[in-house]
Amino acid sequence: MSDTHANTVAYVRETMLPQVAPPASSTGPVGWARENLFSGWFNTVVTVISLAIIAWILIGIVPWILSPTWGATSLSECREILTAAGSVGEHGTSGACWGVIRERWVQLLFGFYPSDLYWRPILSFVLMGVALAPVLFADRVPSQLIWFSAAFPFIFPWLLWGGTIWGPLAVAAGFVIGYYVFRILGAATSNLIGLVVGVLAAVIWWLFLSGYVVDALASVLPLGIEEVPSRNFGGFMLSITIGVVAIACSLPLGIVLALGRQSDLMIVKYICIGFIEFIRGVPLITLLFVASTLLNIFMPPGTNFDIILRVLIMVTLFAAAYMAEVVRGGLAALPKGQYEGADSLGLDYWQAQRLVIMPQALKISIPGIVSTFIGVFKDTTLVSIIGLLDPLGLSNAIRADSNWNGIVWELYGFIAVVFFIFCFSMSRYSMYLERKLRTGHK
Amino acid sequence: MTTLSDPPKEQFRLSMLLYDTRYRSATIQVIAMLGFMLLAAWLINNTAQNLAALGKPIDFGFFTEPASYDINQRLIDYTSQDSHLRASIVGLLNTLVVAVLGCVTATILGVIIGVLRLSKNWLVSRLMAVYVEMFRNVPVLLWIVFIMAIMIETLPSPRDFRGDDAEASMSLFDTVAVTNRGVYIPDVLFGHRDPETDEFTSWRTGLGDFPVGASESNPACASYFASEGPFAGRPGEGCGTFQISLDLMVILIVLGAGIYGARAIANRADRIQEATGDRPTTWYLRLGVIAVPLIITLWVLGFHLGYPELRGFNFSGGTHLRNSLIALWLALSLYTAAFIAENVRAGILAISQGQTEAASALGLRPNRTMNLVILPQALRVIIPPLISQYLNLTKNSSLAIAVGYMDLTGTLGGITLNQTGRELECLLLLMLIYLIVSLLISGVMNWYNESVKLKER
Repeated sequence: MSDTHANTVAYVRETMLPQVAPPASSTGPVGWARENLFSGWFNTVVTVISLAIIAWILIGIVPWILSPTWGATSLSECREILTAAGSVGEHGTSGACWGVIRERWVQLLFGFYPSDLYWRPILSFVLMGVALAPVLFADRVPSQLIWFSAAFPFIFPWLLWGGTIWGPLAVAAGFVIGYYVFRILGAATSNLIGLVVGVLAAVIWWLFLSGYVVDALASVLPLGIEEVPSRNFGGFMLSITIGVVAIACSLPLGIVLALGRQSDLMIVKYICIGFIEFIRGVPLITLLFVASTLLNIFMPPGTNFDIILRVLIMVTLFAAAYMAEVVRGGLAALPKGQYEGADSLGLDYWQAQRLVIMPQALKISIPGIVSTFIGVFKDTTLVSIIGLLDPLGLSNAIRADSNWNGIVWELYGFIAVVFFIFCFSMSRYSMYLERKLRTGHK
Repeated sequence: MTTLSDPPKEQFRLSMLLYDTRYRSATIQVIAMLGFMLLAAWLINNTAQNLAALGKPIDFGFFTEPASYDINQRLIDYTSQDSHLRASIVGLLNTLVVAVLGCVTATILGVIIGVLRLSKNWLVSRLMAVYVEMFRNVPVLLWIVFIMAIMIETLPSPRDFRGDDAEASMSLFDTVAVTNRGVYIPDVLFGHRDPETDEFTSWRTGLGDFPVGASESNPACASYFASEGPFAGRPGEGCGTFQISLDLMVILIVLGAGIYGARAIANRADRIQEATGDRPTTWYLRLGVIAVPLIITLWVLGFHLGYPELRGFNFSGGTHLRNSLIALWLALSLYTAAFIAENVRAGILAISQGQTEAASALGLRPNRTMNLVILPQALRVIIPPLISQYLNLTKNSSLAIAVGYMDLTGTLGGITLNQTGRELECLLLLMLIYLIVSLLISGVMNWYNESVKLKER
């Protein structure tokens, strides 16, 4: 071919052709669909099957959701409404019975908390949002708010359980006493002595002294709000309370355990390894059994402390072991040069951890930390097995009610949607945080 | 000239325990040890005092007492007259059954979903993302009770299968009955028997079971020790501690030998390929070596399936999988599959694009690329998190107690604990067993991980 044209060039183009828009079939929605949905016979078949599945689900679910049963007060009334509306499928009436949610949603949120005191959990969760703001969105809110975040752990239980205000104040005082003993003794002798004596002082205050002081103060100045016993707690309020406390306490505990596991001190290391591996090797439900039946046996005779507190302790320990492994992963992922760099700057162990190691290690482990948080929050449903009335426990009670006997989808669907909203927003937040803290090459 | 002299020998002073980093670590460890021992002593002392006050010294004697409760789903013989120990073993086996079933299903589902999530087809990848988010963000306990409730409320009851124009019918060519009392599947039988006389109708009787720990004083073992009669050598139900199916053993041996033979043929094909460059076609030989002896063995043993049949108001025959088992199995598999899918996706994404490009440059088709190039490399990234998903599934199987499936938590940590009131012993043992199972699983999987991971110098 080239031979014939070599000498007899009929036409050689001398100007560039103007750019032409791509063919209509490869741009816009059509092009996108061709590229992503119908790029071959196999893909086309798969797309059609997927569309059929989606259509099948939507056809089943949309009329079911849009059923006019909000006013019903029992399952049989729902069926009457649906029959009257003419939406009868092949298996009897088809349509959700939303009356159960309208009638019971308050119970699903608050359990058996006294209804005239609903403002207290609501207020405490609003305040929790305020207290979390400086932690979650540090660059968007005034930094002084962090003082409120520090005070919030003492306000929160007081608002929920009520009672005298001196109790939480006495607990807070323990921290203050421990801190000042540490500061004064640490400056006078050594940090180690300061730490040991400070912890001892705080423990002695909490165990032996605070009780008398609280009683005395309460009798002199009875400041307090109405007490609500733990057995009235329930619903999502209980789940969130357990989840938030376990999350908040497990992170610092987990960091300490991870540091212990990484440390050169052999005894400390093996204590930490033993603890972490034991907790990770057993199911949470056995730990909850321990909380409900055994924990009182481990305490001094005559102690009988609150079931929610016992559950909180065990869930926190459980979450801390998993958190420790996540943080350990972050510590291990950090290049050794960072440790050596911190040492060469002359930082001591805690300074190095605080200023160099932890900020980077925690950043690396954000996805793991948040998925542990999500796991803990989901695991709070297990308390229904030991008889606490979380949403699942309440759903059993509602399904046993003769009015609502036989209800499944609406109730579990509602609970699942609420859990989904909480967990999904947590995972989205972790993605936002990862993006925000990303310092590497972009 | 000054003479070099040794630096002055440092005297050990007590304050060095606090300020000198060489000695301080020892101080810290001693303090930590003391604190730990004090805490342990305090706990043990409290426990001893409390137990003494309750009048319940630690005693595992209750394990030999009759359990006097029933377990409806079980692998080995059990009656309510058996001991708590046997009930716990039945529970442990049930835990292992649901764990193994769940791990297998979750892995298959998870790999499919994880690969599909990376599909170029936008719709498919979105659908899979919705699946993963839906299952990951809702508690597994909710899925378990939800599936249980759906099975009870929406599936047909056995009486719907009755009559000429029954409302419900059995699925899969009339072999499986899905009812709200559970799923009835065909069971495996050896040796045809006459339904009237219960005697074998041909010489192909199967080998029967071997009772471990059979004693002649046990009346259930009378036929096992008898030298003649239709059931000579066959143990009755409840004979021995447990019974091993000899038929199953023979089948496993034949199957193992067949696989070994098939691998030998494949190795020979490899050698021929290396020597001559041509690979002989061996797939039918390999298939034959596995299948033919197996089919002959099954025929000789009188293998057939026993189908469930509707008798009166319920099904009889076949194997009855309770709702609780199905709900637990399904929920754990679907839930864990979402996590495994994410691990698989992460593992595949960890393989660099260059590998895919190199594979296409070699002319491999996309699914061959996935099978031969991407997945084997991704496996090394996937396995460590997969181990922890298996562990999670096994531990989550303890949620069986919410739907009444009698696993280890339901027997040892549930009814046995409540009947005997021995909280400390039962819970300690329960945790210990779970700990051992977890360590075993992670040990096995770590060994597997060692064998597949990239061998570097």
